[in-house]
Amino acid sequence: MADMASMLDVSVWRGADEGRFVSYPVPRRENQTVLDVVTYVQRRLDATLAYRFSCRVGMCGSCAMTVNGVARWTCRTHVGRVAKDGRLRIAPLRNMPVIKDLSVDMAGFFAKAARAKGAFRPTADRTADFAVIAPDSPRRRRADAAIECIGCGVCYASCDVVTWNPDYLGPAALNRAWTLVNDERDGGNRERLAAVAGDAGCHACHSHQSCMERCPKHLNPTESIAGLKRATVLAALTGKL
Amino acid sequence: MSARAETLLWLAQRISAMVLAVVVAVHIGTIIYAVQGGLSAQEIIGRVQGNTGWLAFYGVFVAAVAVHGPIGLRTILREMTPVPARLIDVAAAAFAVLLAWTGWQAAYGLYGFGGA
Repeated sequence: MADMASMLDVSVWRGADEGRFVSYPVPRRENQTVLDVVTYVQRRLDATLAYRFSCRVGMCGSCAMTVNGVARWTCRTHVGRVAKDGRLRIAPLRNMPVIKDLSVDMAGFFAKAARAKGAFRPTADRTADFAVIAPDSPRRRRADAAIECIGCGVCYASCDVVTWNPDYLGPAALNRAWTLVNDERDGGNRERLAAVAGDAGCHACHSHQSCMERCPKHLNPTESIAGLKRATVLAALTGKL
Repeated sequence: MSARAETLLWLAQRISAMVLAVVVAVHIGTIIYAVQGGLSAQEIIGRVQGNTGWLAFYGVFVAAVAVHGPIGLRTILREMTPVPARLIDVAAAAFAVLLAWTGWQAAYGLYGFGGA
């Protein structure tokens, strides 16, 4: 049995939108991630704990939770980095309804990607030749800068504008729209710009940059949203919005 | 309100902010310069009365304020209060009219002070 100096004091949210934090003692290990801690609680201390994970190596984006107040991928967060005093407070992501304990309902989050016209709209069929796009063309570079999003919801959970205005599309959906605005093969920009403009879209962004600060992939959704602001203004002034 | 109208409101607020950045600097700079020798109503009136340049300057100032303030107020009310969006739009528009009317009246009043 480990002594108290090698134990972590872990508070975990239990319940749904209404609930409370429950404290669990978890042995401190070397190279331990926050996901390891949650898994320990579920396997050794309370099998009824609900949480979500899959790949454990930072590829799938399903294990995001609020760790000591900050949205993070728990699989890529070492305990030593966030629990200097041996305390961890683990809560579900903000801005999404809690299903149970650490699992949130992401249906609304994904629905907003669809509402922002985040699906590729092809302009050619399968018989067409490959689209040739220069890797260093400005639009390709802008798409590249934003394309690596895996939809983990960390930016969405970190965005205060989403908290204030639940209708707001949020950083991930707008970032996705921006990649398609810069996709030369895509033909849906007129509808897309209309979908992302206005009070529930890119113009609601206050450029707090929490999305950029917290994105585990080091993307900059704020910059993408700024791009959408420019693109929608141009469209509005030229009668295309 | 349509996506186009909301986009144009956003643009109007940015442009009015750029104007305000300049006119507020001139306004405050003038105040700092003018109070060096003590400040009196007579001195202010002496400077702006009948001066078309100052009238134009404050005309632009008031226009920028009347555009910028209500759009920002609209956003704050939408985010922070449960007031219906339609009502907020009407209130913001009324606030814009109030700012423009009182502001221009003040600017024109000083310009024509003493029946100039």
